[in-house]
Amino acid sequence: MESTADRFVDNAHRALGNEILQQALGHVRVNFIEKRRQAVEALPEFEALRQAGRDLRDRVLADLDTHLLAFEAKVLEHGGQVHWCADADAARNKILEICREAGARRVTKGKTMIGEEIGINDFLAAHDIEPVETDLGEYIIQLRHEAPSHLVAPAVHVTQKQVEETFRQAHRDLDATRDLSEPRSLLSEARAKLRQKFVTADVGITGANFLVAETGSSVIVTNEGNGDLTQTLPRVHIALASIDKVVPTLDDLTVLLRLLARSATGQEMSVYTTLSTGPRREEDHDGPGAYHVVLLDNGRSKMLGTPKQDLLRCIRCAACLNHCPVYQAVGGHAYGWVYAGPIGAALTPALIGLDHAADLPNASTLCGRCEAVCPMQIPLPDILRHWREEEFNNKTTKPDRAPQPVRRGLRLWAFLARHPRLYRLATGIGRRVLAGRAGRSGRLDKVPLAEGWTVSRDLPAPSRRGFHAQYRKGYRG
Amino acid sequence: MSDRDTVLAAIRANKKALPSDAPAARPAPVPARGRVDGAARRDLFVRMAEAASASVEMLTSPEDVPEAVAAYLAAQNLPARLVLASDPAIANLPWHDHPMIAHRIGAATVQDHAALTVAFAGIAETGTLALLSGAETPTTLNFLPEHALVLITTDDLCGTYEELWSRLRAATDDGAYWPRAVNLVTGPSRSADIEQKLLLGAHGPIKLHILLLDVEA
Repeated sequence: MESTADRFVDNAHRALGNEILQQALGHVRVNFIEKRRQAVEALPEFEALRQAGRDLRDRVLADLDTHLLAFEAKVLEHGGQVHWCADADAARNKILEICREAGARRVTKGKTMIGEEIGINDFLAAHDIEPVETDLGEYIIQLRHEAPSHLVAPAVHVTQKQVEETFRQAHRDLDATRDLSEPRSLLSEARAKLRQKFVTADVGITGANFLVAETGSSVIVTNEGNGDLTQTLPRVHIALASIDKVVPTLDDLTVLLRLLARSATGQEMSVYTTLSTGPRREEDHDGPGAYHVVLLDNGRSKMLGTPKQDLLRCIRCAACLNHCPVYQAVGGHAYGWVYAGPIGAALTPALIGLDHAADLPNASTLCGRCEAVCPMQIPLPDILRHWREEEFNNKTTKPDRAPQPVRRGLRLWAFLARHPRLYRLATGIGRRVLAGRAGRSGRLDKVPLAEGWTVSRDLPAPSRRGFHAQYRKGYRG
Repeated sequence: MSDRDTVLAAIRANKKALPSDAPAARPAPVPARGRVDGAARRDLFVRMAEAASASVEMLTSPEDVPEAVAAYLAAQNLPARLVLASDPAIANLPWHDHPMIAHRIGAATVQDHAALTVAFAGIAETGTLALLSGAETPTTLNFLPEHALVLITTDDLCGTYEELWSRLRAATDDGAYWPRAVNLVTGPSRSADIEQKLLLGAHGPIKLHILLLDVEA
């Protein structure tokens, strides 16, 4: 997928001014957060499971090659194939090769973020193979020629009215006067349209939430059932997975499953969790005749042993997106590439290079809500800070990165921060000036040298007495 | 060098062993909720399945299954017609006593509106069914029809997933005969992709009706 991550600032400004998008993002703020909270409260072991999940992934990553080889051996034992791919190019070509061998004209797809990462849809279409997204959200955005804006709810930026417009435009063979005013009628129309695609597809491509070494299975977790039709009906099933998805045993898988649905949608379990292992057996009446796992690295092995390794613990639940004030304000497209929100801001620079995504780690207040809700306890704010440091120290990055005034400002702040007396003196003056300017309103709509910041927000005025002064007075409430 | 070698070499070069003072792996917590037996396990399964929008009907004899199926189809205003799994637990039921139910045995097609299959197990912890692919239980029965009916006996209820996996390992000669698909199904299919409004019946069944045969009763 083409990246516009280097244009985050412009993207974000456009998103903030987009009323339809802002209306759609309201659903994220309300629904996901409350549902997750209730599900977590209903499971007393949730915190202990977070620890166990983190330890499990750390253990696997410390010995990743062994677990991947064990997985591969089991896939082969059950009659499947594993294709190792170092980069996006290799994965695209391997998938095309499998499709061509199967004489494929049409491919149905379950939801796969790796598929987005390697831009498989455009690639297949350019080679005369029709890719059809079957997850309702993915189908909507495929018709709209858009990218997903959320890990779990890819069309969360689209309003119901826009879905209706999109369907009317795409399904021209249907009666133009039909009633599409209810979500139910939209869903029924998509279901009927996609049924035709399901039964005529030659190859089904799914992602994989997990790979299980014990059995050689790829695992998908869905609610609609589209992923299962995708991997059951066509002659060939391709599971597309990155190397960080492997877990050793079924019991390990269980730990992550207990965290995933609760963190993602607030469900106890998603509706369908399916383990696929090899092609159909001789006596089976259904299922694909061939089973392929395309195993993608694409920059992940380079993250091992670095401070970025913890990102490989991610199970893509999107809790960090849902709880992030920046994501809630600008939505997913502003991040410019496949992964949005805090995980996107931390992961994108590792996968496409800091040069192409240097704004992303800076687009955060480091409020820490992402880390607090992350089921895998990924220290997202720390990793964002790492990237900022790297950007600051790396003078070879683009000249417009961290321009001189910013660098000078940061140097001045660093100097003050190391000289507490001067720091207190300077902040004391600043505080009094700002508080005086704000007057009774307690808010500043303009701050000298910070107009860029205050143009779209007000700054709460600081209190007249600082923390140190209040602490000395014994105010500890 | 093949991509396989390249990827493995990169992993080996970069991976970092856990610190030597890292605590040994502890067994992961198993939710206390699922560690129950007998009637409590059955009740938990029913409660959790219903919370996930499945319907559960308790039966005391396998002989009652065809009657219950006929009643379900009638209540849903469906023609008395369905496709059945060839598993003996279903195929050997007294269907001939109910000639008004038109049935076919085998895999499902897009024309089928209702199907009856049998679960390998149920997991009380989350009200989930474990359905295995196989000659006698085709996977399409679980996904293609709008109405998925599933038979399960209380003997086959597990409390937790850990219990499911050990039963499955035992049933497959420690994984040697592992089925192509293990479908863990919790309620009927759904989507909230349009403005987060939850709708049942996306691409899979709109209804999941569980016939729970209570062998203890």
